[in-house]
Amino acid sequence: MTAPRSDTTIAPDLGPRSAVGPMLQPTLMELSRPGRGGGKVAHPPADALAGIPAEQRRRRPPALPELSEPEVVRHFVNLSHLNYSIDSGIYPLGSCTMKYNPKINEWVARLFGFAKLHPLAPDAVAQGSLQMLWELEAVLCEIAGMAGVTLQPAAGAHGELTGLLMVRAYHEARGDHQRREVIVPDSSHGTNPATASMSGFTTITVPSDERGGVDLEALRAALSPRTAAVMLTNPSTLGLFEDRIIELLEAVHGAGALAYMDGANMNAVLGKFRPGAAGFDVMHFNVHKTFSTPHGGGGPGAGPVGVGERLLPFLPSPRVLRDNDGTFRLERAGERPTSIGRVRAYQGSSGVLVRAYAYILAHGGSGLVEVSEDAVLAANYLKARLGEAYEIPFQRPCKHEFVATARLIKAATGVRTLDIAKRLIDKGYHPPTIYFPLIVEECLLIEPTETESVETLNAFADALLAIAVEAHQDPDLVRGAPHSSPVRRLDETTAARQPDLRWRGMTGAETPCPQ
Amino acid sequence: MAYGPHTSDDRAHMLSVLGIDSVEPLFADIPAAVRARGLDLPGPLSEQALAARMEGLAARNRVDLVSFLGAGVYRHYIPAAVDQIISRSEFYTAYTPYQPEISQGTLQAIYEYQSLLAELTGLDVVSASHYDGAAATAEATLMAVRATRRERVLVSRAVHRHAIETMETYFAPAGLVLDEVPTLAEGTTDLAALEAALGQGAPVAAVVLGQPNAFGLLEPMAEAGRLAHAAGALFVAVVEPVSLAVLASPGEYGADIAAGEGQPLGIAAQYGGPYLGVLATTDALIRQIPGRLVGQTTDLDGRRAFVMTLRAREQDIRRDRAASNICTNQALCALAATVYVATLGPHGLRDVAAGGAAQARRLERALAGAGAPRLHAAPFLNEFAVVVPDAERVHAALLERGVLAGLPLARWYPQDGLLREALLVCATEVTSDEEIDRFADALRAELGAAGRIGAEAAR
Amino acid sequence: MEVPDGLLYSADHEWLAFDGDVAVVGVTDYAAHELGDIVFVELPAPGATLLPRQVFGVVESVKAVSDLLAPVGGEVVAVNEALAAQPELVNSDPYGDGWMIRVLPSDRTQVGDLMDAAAYRELTGAG
Repeated sequence: MTAPRSDTTIAPDLGPRSAVGPMLQPTLMELSRPGRGGGKVAHPPADALAGIPAEQRRRRPPALPELSEPEVVRHFVNLSHLNYSIDSGIYPLGSCTMKYNPKINEWVARLFGFAKLHPLAPDAVAQGSLQMLWELEAVLCEIAGMAGVTLQPAAGAHGELTGLLMVRAYHEARGDHQRREVIVPDSSHGTNPATASMSGFTTITVPSDERGGVDLEALRAALSPRTAAVMLTNPSTLGLFEDRIIELLEAVHGAGALAYMDGANMNAVLGKFRPGAAGFDVMHFNVHKTFSTPHGGGGPGAGPVGVGERLLPFLPSPRVLRDNDGTFRLERAGERPTSIGRVRAYQGSSGVLVRAYAYILAHGGSGLVEVSEDAVLAANYLKARLGEAYEIPFQRPCKHEFVATARLIKAATGVRTLDIAKRLIDKGYHPPTIYFPLIVEECLLIEPTETESVETLNAFADALLAIAVEAHQDPDLVRGAPHSSPVRRLDETTAARQPDLRWRGMTGAETPCPQ
Repeated sequence: MAYGPHTSDDRAHMLSVLGIDSVEPLFADIPAAVRARGLDLPGPLSEQALAARMEGLAARNRVDLVSFLGAGVYRHYIPAAVDQIISRSEFYTAYTPYQPEISQGTLQAIYEYQSLLAELTGLDVVSASHYDGAAATAEATLMAVRATRRERVLVSRAVHRHAIETMETYFAPAGLVLDEVPTLAEGTTDLAALEAALGQGAPVAAVVLGQPNAFGLLEPMAEAGRLAHAAGALFVAVVEPVSLAVLASPGEYGADIAAGEGQPLGIAAQYGGPYLGVLATTDALIRQIPGRLVGQTTDLDGRRAFVMTLRAREQDIRRDRAASNICTNQALCALAATVYVATLGPHGLRDVAAGGAAQARRLERALAGAGAPRLHAAPFLNEFAVVVPDAERVHAALLERGVLAGLPLARWYPQDGLLREALLVCATEVTSDEEIDRFADALRAELGAAGRIGAEAAR
Repeated sequence: MEVPDGLLYSADHEWLAFDGDVAVVGVTDYAAHELGDIVFVELPAPGATLLPRQVFGVVESVKAVSDLLAPVGGEVVAVNEALAAQPELVNSDPYGDGWMIRVLPSDRTQVGDLMDAAAYRELTGAG
């Protein structure tokens, strides 16, 4: 099914050139020339591979690109110029919490003591990292109002899986084998039902009410002895706090089910709402959202999971423990048989977690409360500014994000949210989240975060308002956007119908490797 | 506030536009009974104080030891260019490339990563990466389950213990069966036992072997693959990517899916991650592969460009019918791997693999001379097990002497009498001759002392 | 939006036409428009038995995925192999070359649950 797009080794037309500014680049494979590069590692002796039987050897060396260091560096530096990033501008992406990534955290993560430590190093030589992880668990427990935390999951979705696996183990341990359903609101992130399926549950979806919260009556009707858990995001994916949270949780527990909180939106309620204290049994954090660890272009993040007393026995192993003499260690294999086991190798993405730890310490309790207050204030401010031209379906105060819709603009001009998003690129901004949550037509989900200045918020609002005017005055301009980016709208149809997912045409190194 | 720009004037301005005096009304919808009143946390710390605190913690880790510990995470020389590139904030502070027009840097880098790993694995399609090797291995077996509609997987006992445990966790909710295939005395998978297991019990979706295996040994992959295919099962190879510069690739020996840990490709150990889950497969299984994929296409003006594709497989569209809930990839780790491979080139990567092999042969001779011969007979690349009586005690004693003598295999095989008296040791291109001598000398001293004690006790 | 007369339609936007005893099934022009450019169609194997309203396949566009629901129960006697290489036929010719499966109904009276072209036009606001 993969059809080669081009079998030529000549670099395609890469578009306009300029002494500075973004320019499309050939691939590494197109830049490769035989004999280039080398000198990075010592040459081993000629008989290095004499112990490997011939039939285990690769028949020919891998056809990897050969470039000198300056070419490699120039290639990636030029590629970097094609990227938008937090360090270049605001990302008003709802549900992503694209806040500033502090540079001290990059320095911390690179300290040799943290960076060079092998995950299987004996506890005695890993006391610094073990202490850091143990303390991180403790601060996350405090933030979440939970009794215990696992730092093992490698991402938020991974944390969701871990959480639901613990829910499953909990019900199994009680001898209750009927509970095969997980309830999610129709506004939920796609990972919630996907995780439910991976965990062996079927998903039951309940509607949101006209105020944007979970429809309590519909939830009550959907709850049954077959319900294992209800997954809620609070504030919801519409940026609204579930003000009937107490009744929702009572209904869930009354049905014998557990309450899972998707913690993606914790940036709104740090120090204002502690899910465990409120009654949630399990929640995950996205440290790459709430706690500023870098997104990296798609990862790596981490998804610690907090649990209440009921689920403590099931946490993945190994946990980080502190002994009476004040030293730290990892749980030994078999030390806690009720554990669900492990969800990945080793004990967690410490390199990501150390950044979250540093971020939390930098803020302290008072600082994190301020983070949420500023995030919520900024979102409400931006919502007020945009209300002039965009429909705001929910008028109550939002939390850290809000939904706006271009429904009326589309009805009047045919210009859609997608077009508005692409036109924002021409104005110098990354678009907000679009088409999520699914329950609002032509929606934009906007989250400024607390690290954007008032000037930036105003400039962004002005840009969106200007596009609303353009939609009426020059709809074709908006529909044809973006005009000024390094590439314009892409042919995603052909990319899916005829996937080209790897370079073909490297013939192999012409300078033979010594065998 | 630590990193936010708002002054009291800024806040006052925003509040006045909203017509309120404080932020309280914005939080009024949190019911009083569940309203928290702040957080009891250490800090805040100035950057200076934070830096001092973190340095203090890092200093409590000992990374100055002479280390022979591998077991899935390997020490390699990482060219300076790698960290320079992944430290560029256009890469590390960028979001997922959902807006391809302004993400061509990330997208092209992922396409290049996919291309390099396709070449190394000899397979057609490489995902933009998974959380780590163990998660990728679990996903590989779930792919095979979906593709064959069978519910049983055979895994060699000599696959990385954490990958097996992860598979067990992922299999439990789906009621899938994971059976271990034993190893022979020489340390490789017992093919006769594999064939027998394929022939009895429930039909098998996948056969999983590691190459090298968890004992560092080279497995008969082609033969295992033939046995798997003869029984209608898929063949999953768990591989170490640096070794693919010199060892036969999964494509060459007929694997349907390759999974593995990409950490050795320019990623630091970091006490557990973040790492890089490599997952590759054939064109035939393209629709089953979970996770992101980046493809080449053109834009409106006919310019070559890159975009995330085959998205309708993913969780945000498929929701409860998605093959996997994965929502991310280890993008920055994949970038590190790409820069690493690009900087080394095929000859450099081959030298890394061969350099490790050369040092490992030297290590074997030195340790045998010190009284610790190899446990297994099968060929190895750069990791192997040595027989050491009272291995855990000796390991601890060597630690006192500043040598991290690999992994006591009792940690992973507590029931196995032979493996309990063994250490899994490795060498890479960065292991020096002096370090090897130091290990051998320390071991000789420990075993000599133990011998004397033993002789005393026997008298 | 094309809604040919003489075909039967389901509320889930499939169409059905009889060719002798065999029912030919596909998705409507309206569905194809809603989905956008179709990139992949997953169909059952010939010989599979379907129950009415059961999911018999999946149609994928760049940005969406939709279940295909059987308008009648019965045995699948043929599937349109051309869609593997040319999923775009569903967009360009949904009622002709974009057909999906041919089914031998177990109970022809089940088609009584389907609607005619006029009712489908009203449902979709087309025509």
